[in-house]
Amino acid sequence: MVSGVSGAQSALGRRVAVAELLKDRGDLLVVSGLGSPSYDVHAAGDHPGNYYLWGAMGSAALIGLGLAQACPQRKVAVITGDGEQLMGLGGLATIAVARPKNLDVVVIDNGRYGETGMQLSHTGFTIDLARIAAACGFVDVRTIDTLSAVSQLRQDLHREAAGPRFFVLKVAPETVERSLPFRDAVHGKNRFRAHLGLPVS
Amino acid sequence: MLECHWSVEIYNRLKAARVRQVAYVPDAGHAQLIELFKADPEIASTVLTTEEEGIAIAAGAWLGGDRSVLLMQSSGVGNCINMLSLAVIARFPLLILVTMRGEWAEFNPWQVPMGLATETCLAAVGVRCLRADAPEPLVETVMAAAKLAYEADQQIAVIIGQRMIGEKKW
Repeated sequence: MVSGVSGAQSALGRRVAVAELLKDRGDLLVVSGLGSPSYDVHAAGDHPGNYYLWGAMGSAALIGLGLAQACPQRKVAVITGDGEQLMGLGGLATIAVARPKNLDVVVIDNGRYGETGMQLSHTGFTIDLARIAAACGFVDVRTIDTLSAVSQLRQDLHREAAGPRFFVLKVAPETVERSLPFRDAVHGKNRFRAHLGLPVS
Repeated sequence: MLECHWSVEIYNRLKAARVRQVAYVPDAGHAQLIELFKADPEIASTVLTTEEEGIAIAAGAWLGGDRSVLLMQSSGVGNCINMLSLAVIARFPLLILVTMRGEWAEFNPWQVPMGLATETCLAAVGVRCLRADAPEPLVETVMAAAKLAYEADQQIAVIIGQRMIGEKKW
C-alpha cells in the first residue's frame, strides 16, 4: 500500500508533527537519527525509552531493527531525517527482508541537510524515499503533509502491523531552535536498558 | 572437515553464551556458521546489504537485551569504520568474526589492500583485534572475545587467518 502527496512544498511544521506523533506514546520505543530529528524527539519530551543519535549517520533504522528483533512484544519507531536515511538506503532492503512486524520508520523529510547549511538532499531534488521503501516491500508506505494525517498515523503506530512500515512526513524547510538531548551515548544506553528492566553494566 | 568442526563448535559455544541475533553478509569462510545460525529458530539471522548495517543492528539488539554476533570478510571491515564510532562511543558490546582475504595464498590482488589494512583500521577506530590461525585457538579466542564483549562492554574483532580457511577453489 502506497499513498501520498506530491507537488507543492509542505507547510507542516516538524516540531508540531513529531510532538503529535509522540503524544500519549505509551510503551513506544524510539530511536532518533542524528541532527534535527533527535532535537525534534527531545523537544517533544525527554523519555527513557528514547535513544538519541548524535552520529553514526545511516544507522538509525537498523538500530531500530536490532531493537525490534530483541523486543518483539514492543513497538519500535525510528524517527530520522531524509539525509540520514539516504545514507542507509541499503538498510531498507535489509529491514524489508528481515520483516519485523513491530518496526516503523518515520522520515522527517525537509529535502535539506539542516546541520550543514540547508543544502538540498536527494529528496530535495527528485528522489522519493517512499517509493524506494515500497519497492523494497514495506507493507504500509505513506507520504504525509498534514497534521490530521499525522494524528491518524499516531494511532496506527500503536496498532498491529503485518510487517515493517515506512512513513515520510513532508515538512517545511524551516530552521527551528535546537532542543539538545545529552550527548553521552553510554548514559543513553544504560538509561534505555534500565527502562526495559535490563541489567546495566 | 576441519572447517565443519570449528563452525559447529563456535555455534554451540555462542549459543550457550546466549547469543540471540546474528548479522552477516554471505561469505565462503563463514558459510557453515551462517547456515547453522539460519537453521536455528531461536536466533534472529539478518542478512545485510553491507557490513556496517550489522554494527547498528548489534547496538539495537543490545538496547533491547539481546547478545549478537556479526560475521564478515576482511573487505567488509573497510565499510564499517565510521559506523564503529557507535559501538565505541556508547560502549556497546560488539563481537565481530572476520575471515581474512588477501594475506595467504591469495589469487585476487583486489583483496590485498584491505587485507593489509584490516587490523590497523580496526585498532585505529578503537576495536581490539584477537587473531587465530588454527581451529583450536580460534574457538578459545572467540569465547574469550565473547566474554570481553558481553561482560566487559568491549568492541572485539576475532581475526580468522586465511591460512586456516584455505585457498579459494575455482
